[in-house]
Amino acid sequence: MANMELQWYHVLIPFLPLTGFIINILLGKEVTRYKAHWFAVSSVFGSWLCSLATLQDVLGGKIIDADLYTWILSGTFKVGVGFLIDPLTAVMLIVVTTCATLIHIYAIGYMHGDTGYYRFFSYLNLFTFCMLMLVMGNNFLQLYFGWEGVGLCSYFLIGYYFNKKSAADAGKKAFIVNRFGDFGFGIGVFMVFLTFGTLHYADVFANVSSIAGKTVNFLGLNVDLPTLIALLLFCGAVGKSAQIPLHVWLPDAMEGPTPVSALIHAATMVTAGVFLVARCNPIFNLSEIAMNTVAIIGALTMFFAATIAITQNDIKRIIAFSTCSHLGYMFLACGVGAYAAGIFHLYTHAFFKALLFLAAGSVIHAVHTNNIQFMGGLKKYMPITYAVFVIAGLSAGGFPGLSGFFSKDEIIWSAYASHSSVGKFVWILALAGAFFTPFYTFRLIFRTFFGEYRGGLEAEEAATHAHSSSHGSGHSSHGAGHDSHGSGHDPHGHDSSHGSGHDSHGGHGHGPHESPYIMTVPLMFLAVGAIAAGWVGIPPLLGGGNHFAHFLQPVVGHPEFHGTHAEEWGVMILSTTIALIGLGLAAFMYLRKTDLPERISKQFSLLYKILYNKYYVDEFYNLTIVQPTLKLANKVLVGFTDAKIIEGIVNGVPNLIGIFSQKLRRLQTGIAHHYAIFMAAGAVFIVALVILLS
Amino acid sequence: MAVPLSWYMLLSLAVFSIGVFGFLSRRNIIIMLMSIELMLNGVNINLIALSHYIQDLRGQILAFFVIAVAAAEAAIGLAIVIAMFRNRATAHVDEIKEMQG
Repeated sequence: MANMELQWYHVLIPFLPLTGFIINILLGKEVTRYKAHWFAVSSVFGSWLCSLATLQDVLGGKIIDADLYTWILSGTFKVGVGFLIDPLTAVMLIVVTTCATLIHIYAIGYMHGDTGYYRFFSYLNLFTFCMLMLVMGNNFLQLYFGWEGVGLCSYFLIGYYFNKKSAADAGKKAFIVNRFGDFGFGIGVFMVFLTFGTLHYADVFANVSSIAGKTVNFLGLNVDLPTLIALLLFCGAVGKSAQIPLHVWLPDAMEGPTPVSALIHAATMVTAGVFLVARCNPIFNLSEIAMNTVAIIGALTMFFAATIAITQNDIKRIIAFSTCSHLGYMFLACGVGAYAAGIFHLYTHAFFKALLFLAAGSVIHAVHTNNIQFMGGLKKYMPITYAVFVIAGLSAGGFPGLSGFFSKDEIIWSAYASHSSVGKFVWILALAGAFFTPFYTFRLIFRTFFGEYRGGLEAEEAATHAHSSSHGSGHSSHGAGHDSHGSGHDPHGHDSSHGSGHDSHGGHGHGPHESPYIMTVPLMFLAVGAIAAGWVGIPPLLGGGNHFAHFLQPVVGHPEFHGTHAEEWGVMILSTTIALIGLGLAAFMYLRKTDLPERISKQFSLLYKILYNKYYVDEFYNLTIVQPTLKLANKVLVGFTDAKIIEGIVNGVPNLIGIFSQKLRRLQTGIAHHYAIFMAAGAVFIVALVILLS
Repeated sequence: MAVPLSWYMLLSLAVFSIGVFGFLSRRNIIIMLMSIELMLNGVNINLIALSHYIQDLRGQILAFFVIAVAAAEAAIGLAIVIAMFRNRATAHVDEIKEMQG
């Protein structure tokens, strides 16, 4: 691989969106206002063009690792702002800039007329900048910078409708849950520095073999150094990529506007964890424990999130759990050593999941509710949205020939054929996931687009009123009842802060209508991606060259598989059959026997309730972490530290001064003679002192 | 025959002491201002005598400064006294204690 100097277009990739951010945040309120998207979209589009040029370089076999600027220099510790552009980065650049551009364009339509229009676009730009810094960095500190930057933007954008309590809470939840992961990640970065004396990827990975088998004293225990570093770094990935046990923030993050969900909570930010694991693969490869942890956490998240998704009624939450589940797939792939398969799934997932979200946004835009109970029959009102939704669903479900099929099949095959000691276990979960994904996706599609239109927002509001007035009638058919826990439901904020936008293109009262072209055209482009993006990774078995894996091989290597062609065919046919069964079952339950789901949920009401309440993880955390923390805060911090110590000092000092001054003020008699006597006496005293002491 | 230095210093001490005594014992604000002038002039005598004695002109320059400051102080002091007298028709300091803490 030839090295190459840093070119201007490499530098422009992250800094164009930064420019867009600066322009809009400074001038947005007064100058750019409802033209904010001009700068936002054109800067991201420029990044996309630069990314294409960069991809051209990398495809030509070039690798760039250059510092732009020395950021921190302290003794031997040197960190630069620098770029590492290799095949892995190139893939991420394409994913990020393509999705960002299309989603920015879509947001022009979706956010039309919103009062915070410029704010939205400036945050979106800032996010794109941070994400690009994250994937382009050539050292761990820059990765960390981007990592926290995207977390911050995620917080801004989840809480975008900040006057709605549930949105503000969801933003805080995302931020705080991520603290747990980032704490480990931060320590991991420290450990890397302590071990290698540098944070530069190239230097770290060149010396990585020297730490194999070494142990280190950590909290009084002797632990394997590579395992420790890998697991600490993985902590960050678990938080950012919403894996068990830190997955709880992602469903709530759906409070943000839908383009945000598509860009941040589906296509790019949440995949940063997978990127991290793939980037640090030399470290992970040294530790079987860490690899198995990654694989098992990924597999468990994939399975549990998929099972939750089949019972949810909020269109965006279903897709959010689907995202959790697909991220689990990616980690599973990384955990069995098939990093290329994980990144391949990241790449295809970005397209079909962004498409699912944006299409869902288009639906919400039309019916003003997130609850699929009140949708239905939208096929004839919104043909384009319907078509792209089905494409995305098929791709996500692994329908043969579409993007998702190739990547998912690659993962399932990798799990089956790898040497990993947990390979077979995660393989079985992966197959189970292959059943659930098409099932819940098509449950969503059938509930949304087929049958009769069930009234949208008006029907939901009527149902809510009926529900609250006839309290205790207890007839909540198939979970039609409102989510009772805190963050629950979220369509209204969208409507109230947004209403003026709708009237300008259609108005209410005539049923739902298709979204404007500014929204549907990006959907079509993404649909092309959802169909064709995976064609770069067709396995040799199906006559392809698996170019994607070969492209990434210099960075992530290639795992040794054992397995015959017959087995590969078998696994592929098995997973496809399972996926088709899932699709068929969804069709049967939600198109033919539409009373069946309700009967099943009654029959297995316990299981249904557990799934509907997401395994009570939120409640569990509330009980074990949130409440004790609140108690601790109220009793100890507020009740003692704050009230006694801090208030004691803050109030005590002025009180003391007050007491002393009460005494001291008596000296101020106001009578000139007293002062004169004091002065004279003072003068005599000083003179006496001088005479006596000399 | 020159007057010895000690005479000047005794004169200075006498003038200064009269000033201090006047300032502490009298209640009329005009008298008190005059006492301050006496103290300042006592210091001036001292400065000039010593300046002459050690043949250094800086002492005399300092005396000019003291005179200038004393003039300014007297002007301001008398202005305050006049303002106060107009308001309360008294020049008796014991009756003026607005500054009591």
